[in-house]
Amino acid sequence: MLRIPCPNCGVRDATEFRYAGDASKRRPALGLSSLDDWHDHVFLFDNPKGAHREYWQHVLGCRQWLVLERDTATNAVGRAVLARDRVRE
Amino acid sequence: MSAGPRRLAMGGRIDRDRPLRFTLDGRSMLGFAGDTLASALLANGATLVGRSFKYHRPRGLLAAGVEEPNGLVTLGSGGRTTPNVVATVAELYEGMTARRQNGWPSVGFDLLAINSCFAPMLSAGFYYKTFMGPRRGSWMFYEPMIRRAAGLGQAVHERDPDRYETRHEFTDVLVVGAGPAGLCAALGAGLAGATVLLVEQDSLAGGRLLSASPTGETAQWRTQILASLAQLANVKILCRTTAIGLYDGNTVALVERCAQGQPDPLRGEARECVITVRAKAIVFASGAIERPLVFSDNDRPGVMLAGAAQTYLHRFAVAMGGHAVFATNNDWAWRAALELSGAGTTVTILDQRAELDPALTAAARAAGVAVEAGALLTRALGGRRTEGVEFRSAGSARERSIACDVVCVSAGWSPAVHLTSHTGIKPVYRDDIDAFVPGGFAAGHFGAGAVTGRFALEEAARGGHDAGIGAARHAGYAATSPSIAIPATANAGYAIEPARTPVRGGRGKAFVDFQNDVTTQDLAISHQEGYVSVEHLKRYTTLGMGTDQGKTSNVNAIRLMAAERGLDVASAGTTTFRPPYTPVSLGALAGRNVGHHFRPIRRSPLHEWHIANGAAMIEAGPWLRAWYYRWAGDSAERAYVVEMRNVRSSVGVSDVSSLGKIDVQGPDAAEFLNRLYVNGFAKLPVGKARYGVMLNDDATVLDDGTCARFSETRYFMTTTTAQAGEVMSHLEFLLQTAWTELDVQVASLTDEWCGMSIAGPKSRQALQLAFADCDLTDAALPHMGCRELELAGVSARLLRLSFSGELAFELYVPADYGISVWEHILTRAAPLGIRAYGLEALASLRIEKGHVAGLELDHRTTLDDLGLGKMAADKPFVGRALRERPDLRAGGRWSLVGLECLEPSARLRGGAILFAGSDPIAGHGRGYITSVTWSITLDKFIALGLYQGGLQHINEEIICAYPLKGEQVRARIVSPVFVDPHGERLRV
Amino acid sequence: MIIGGGGHGLATAYYLAARHGIRNVAVVERAYIGSGNVGRNTTLVRSNYLMDGNTQFFEYSLRLWEGLSHELNFNVMLSQRGQIVLAHGPSQLDVLARKGNIMRLNGIDAELLDRGDVMRLLPYLDFSSEARFPIYGGLLQRRAGTVRHDAVAWGYARAADALGVDIIENCEVKGFLRENDRIVGVATSRGAIRAARTAISVAGHTSHLAAMAGLRLPVESHLLQACVTEPIKPFVDHVISFGAELFYISQSDKGGLVFGGHIDGYNSYTQRGQFAKIQSVAECAVALIPSVSRLRLLRHWGGIQDMTPDGSPFISRTPIAGLYLNGGWCYQGFKATPAAGACFAHTIANDDEHPLVRHLGLDRFRRGNGHDEYGLGLWTYKQ
Repeated sequence: MLRIPCPNCGVRDATEFRYAGDASKRRPALGLSSLDDWHDHVFLFDNPKGAHREYWQHVLGCRQWLVLERDTATNAVGRAVLARDRVRE
Repeated sequence: MSAGPRRLAMGGRIDRDRPLRFTLDGRSMLGFAGDTLASALLANGATLVGRSFKYHRPRGLLAAGVEEPNGLVTLGSGGRTTPNVVATVAELYEGMTARRQNGWPSVGFDLLAINSCFAPMLSAGFYYKTFMGPRRGSWMFYEPMIRRAAGLGQAVHERDPDRYETRHEFTDVLVVGAGPAGLCAALGAGLAGATVLLVEQDSLAGGRLLSASPTGETAQWRTQILASLAQLANVKILCRTTAIGLYDGNTVALVERCAQGQPDPLRGEARECVITVRAKAIVFASGAIERPLVFSDNDRPGVMLAGAAQTYLHRFAVAMGGHAVFATNNDWAWRAALELSGAGTTVTILDQRAELDPALTAAARAAGVAVEAGALLTRALGGRRTEGVEFRSAGSARERSIACDVVCVSAGWSPAVHLTSHTGIKPVYRDDIDAFVPGGFAAGHFGAGAVTGRFALEEAARGGHDAGIGAARHAGYAATSPSIAIPATANAGYAIEPARTPVRGGRGKAFVDFQNDVTTQDLAISHQEGYVSVEHLKRYTTLGMGTDQGKTSNVNAIRLMAAERGLDVASAGTTTFRPPYTPVSLGALAGRNVGHHFRPIRRSPLHEWHIANGAAMIEAGPWLRAWYYRWAGDSAERAYVVEMRNVRSSVGVSDVSSLGKIDVQGPDAAEFLNRLYVNGFAKLPVGKARYGVMLNDDATVLDDGTCARFSETRYFMTTTTAQAGEVMSHLEFLLQTAWTELDVQVASLTDEWCGMSIAGPKSRQALQLAFADCDLTDAALPHMGCRELELAGVSARLLRLSFSGELAFELYVPADYGISVWEHILTRAAPLGIRAYGLEALASLRIEKGHVAGLELDHRTTLDDLGLGKMAADKPFVGRALRERPDLRAGGRWSLVGLECLEPSARLRGGAILFAGSDPIAGHGRGYITSVTWSITLDKFIALGLYQGGLQHINEEIICAYPLKGEQVRARIVSPVFVDPHGERLRV
Repeated sequence: MIIGGGGHGLATAYYLAARHGIRNVAVVERAYIGSGNVGRNTTLVRSNYLMDGNTQFFEYSLRLWEGLSHELNFNVMLSQRGQIVLAHGPSQLDVLARKGNIMRLNGIDAELLDRGDVMRLLPYLDFSSEARFPIYGGLLQRRAGTVRHDAVAWGYARAADALGVDIIENCEVKGFLRENDRIVGVATSRGAIRAARTAISVAGHTSHLAAMAGLRLPVESHLLQACVTEPIKPFVDHVISFGAELFYISQSDKGGLVFGGHIDGYNSYTQRGQFAKIQSVAECAVALIPSVSRLRLLRHWGGIQDMTPDGSPFISRTPIAGLYLNGGWCYQGFKATPAAGACFAHTIANDDEHPLVRHLGLDRFRRGNGHDEYGLGLWTYKQ
């Protein structure tokens, strides 16, 4: 079972979470970004075979959105941080 | 009834004080508690257990464990009929009824054995090369016959009366397998203080210790270790529990066979339990499986694995025969041979090796066991039973024969690597044991005993103990390694030479996979035709794809295939092992989520009232909602008309509790909502509600609903039933990942508040009668106004808004007060004729008003498609940018229209395809009908739909085509707001 | 040069040779042919699609299936036993009716069934009061059914080989060869191969390869699991699709019940999934056919599936000259094999999209023309 280390709730089965894809993409600023920016953000994916930082929401727990590090080739799970806490470059 | 001709008077781990009666194909026999069906059959001299799948050859038992390929029977009857039960695993119980499979009219007299005559045509992949016929579709002619010939057991279409449970376990250390290695691992980890779960697929712990004499030294050692383990409260042993799969996150799935006999579901007894274990560390001690030799007619009943013969002797007190020939390539099989000899069987050993261990040959001589060195077994003789063997000695072309009634074969032991490879670590070949071992272990995984190729008892025990210590340390315990006592019994060594297969050209078939009737010839054909990789070989020949999953055939097949290709075994590779390790019933996997419990049911707080008051309920996603009430009619079509008339003429009340309700609070709530909705929310006054539409990033409509402002910083949002969860996650996503600068909190209130809609021209009067002290005049609560108030002492939120087009109010009260408030209103307003109305009436009302709902919000439609383009305000909102994509703005898109049926004797239907009057009725048309109702207001069928160019075609006559019922109905395009287009009724 | 020796790649090679006379074709495959999704799917074929573009394409594919055994001289065992898609309420049946009406208006067989019809056809489904989602009706396509998936790869491979196509196994593409702004071949684990036209036809690794050419695609790789039970005598004679959840079941000619459901729901290249999904799929099986409860799961496996935001694929040229793409097949790949091969071959041979696949361009999301057949919303993990 994919087990996700929720910072609030501890290690929980992935079945308690909802997935929302690549978290490394920067969401375009509302009202300030072009159609192409939005298209690329919504519709294009790196889809790496390997290290992936991705969004999961703990819907059956604390309802926080997390950014989880996971290797898509091996399913090895790394750290998860609250999305609101992650440091933005 | 006798105990059976082959049952020994003493010995074994059976309880002769508990005889058990059972039947095989109606024939009554006797066994004992502790028997498997297989051991009981063998004791009774029943050697024919089935017919093979393709050639219908008579088959006997090859093995004594889960690796058995032939002994599949059907147990039980009615809803408990269970095909393909492995007789060597099925524990005998009183009254067991077993039937053999795959023979017609019976296994004993099987006319389909004639298939054997067609053998040359039935070789591997035969169906790819024939059954095509002269015409297309000819396969459909042959297919039913092929299908009937396929499969082994027969299932029945009756409900399974048994119960299955699901459980979760958490443990520091999981040990898979309670043989010598596993027992020592559990002890080592347990003494270190770790919580240990030791699982064993067999009904008794001990592994191959159970194949030794129950009174010998190893048996005593087993008893002692089990006693030590029993004293540790932190160690739990589950027998009859198979680890079926290793998954990510150190998760292992187990299946426990709960019942020895027939469970009684009425007493809550479960038949099987699926346990998902999350372990910190895992010790794999899953043992090894013996593999047979490959030679002509090696599938004769009476040919069995050497280890199995030993198990039947020592564990079940069954003597296999009067004269046994042991054929082997390794030292280990000699021990089994000597033990059978010691029990009174005449034994001859044929060993393919020219050079033999002098200690072993001396022991054989002393026991009166004949030995032929450098002897290669070439053929088993006999029909339904073995009568003898043929063999060739080294350096001689002459075939000699020996008469015997059982042939015990051993080509060596294959570590049971399946579980260890489930997460992708491929097994590797070791030529010193001529078998595959796990390719490695991830952190926190340990291997011990036969599964790692350490077959000797001492090394298995020590290795197990070390693994247990290692596992405990990995789980965070400081563990020391006290010494453990291990019996000093001389272990048979495991010198082995790769098995040789007699060259083809001999008569008869040499089987590699017994269950799927795959022969050496099939492998050769497969190779010739270019299917050389292991995976291709497997699929083309179907080797390893039977219920035994190739446990006795995989390694032999790889060896033979490597030889065909001129490769060494290590380079030839191995197939991927997939869960489950042994087959697991779908019922066990489903557990308790069956029937009504398949998926959760969401009920409104008013549910009990609906049921008590004659509501017919309907599924709306996971919800059960009141569809119509039987006071109004006996079907939805009749009832909604009555309910609706009451709403349009007087007042009705409807349960809208399933709508999503979200509390939005904070200093930045107004800004948040303004970004979310396409229309403006920044300036919504306190005390007012507004209809809002929100888009996805891609500009398709996510949801529509209302949002009411109760204070500067507090809002109450409603969503559609279907999208409540989506919208909630959407809000949280934006706040937590994108707009972290906004100070806003959101909380789901869907289950906290009961919602009801009171609608109709008399709705204000109705509420006034119910709540006399509330000022509900138009001035106090205008259209789209909202208030928080106390009604009869209960907190409530009242919104004046309408989905139906009539004067209406939405009232929310805390869920626990739902029924009492609802009943209060119905009672007080009864003089006005207030009645409840259901989903069907709700739908009809909203269609008459042209409100879009789920059928129009299909994740593809945009704001403009739905005629709501004007709502989009000039400010940033989610989805605004991508809304400008060219094809979304193009003219001629399918957009919302209303339709009126022009034919009084016909009807409109949802899913009808729309064509312009002059179009040929073919292709994809220009649109389709989304929602239909018979309008009580207009006295005709009306519909909402999507049509190319939308309301630009207003008043045009179109065709609604429904070829599934052969209908074409004329309709006119009209405004989707059929009733009160200027909203006058709302503003009274 | 075709990258990918699966069903689509081999079919493309075959049609290039057979229909366009282009025999100087190489198919390079990383492992052994047919080791990818063509060998892992649940073998269903059907042409019940409602979107303009999809309807025609999948019907073209079904017609090709109908003649394929004879064309390849290899029995693909097309069994047109019929598929029933179930509806559990009137609204759901209306959605199926829309599809069925479109099919009939396009000359494709479809029949609408009410509850009684379904009960007569499939009496072993759950019609009891215990059913959580009672069956309301369904849509039947009689010409839909199953095909022996392994036969497809082998059949196309043999036929292509006989026409002179080179099939190179155990050859992994490591990069593209470029000259000016054109792709002129590939660099592989066994050396470089130059080609006038290079085509990507790999399920699961589409993004991986496209990235080597500097392309980002609307594709994410997801995990789809499938299951088979032990072989039993004929028990289920149709293909049945559940309406309460995505779930489909049929019985293979070898006797096992083959079934599957939704993707696990997160990006994955592991080809193995979670146990909870197997339990969930087993629940669907027992909910649909209660008597399967005592049958045993023999094996479950996974494949890497390209998922696109609208569930529809890409068959087109790419922005890079000399490079062509066939990918993003979501759940549709296997049934599309013949048509995808034929249309992709046409596209490559003519350097122009086949008319039947013009709606499947890489630029459709930029234009706002997503082809969301099931109306699930434009997310890869929701399709």
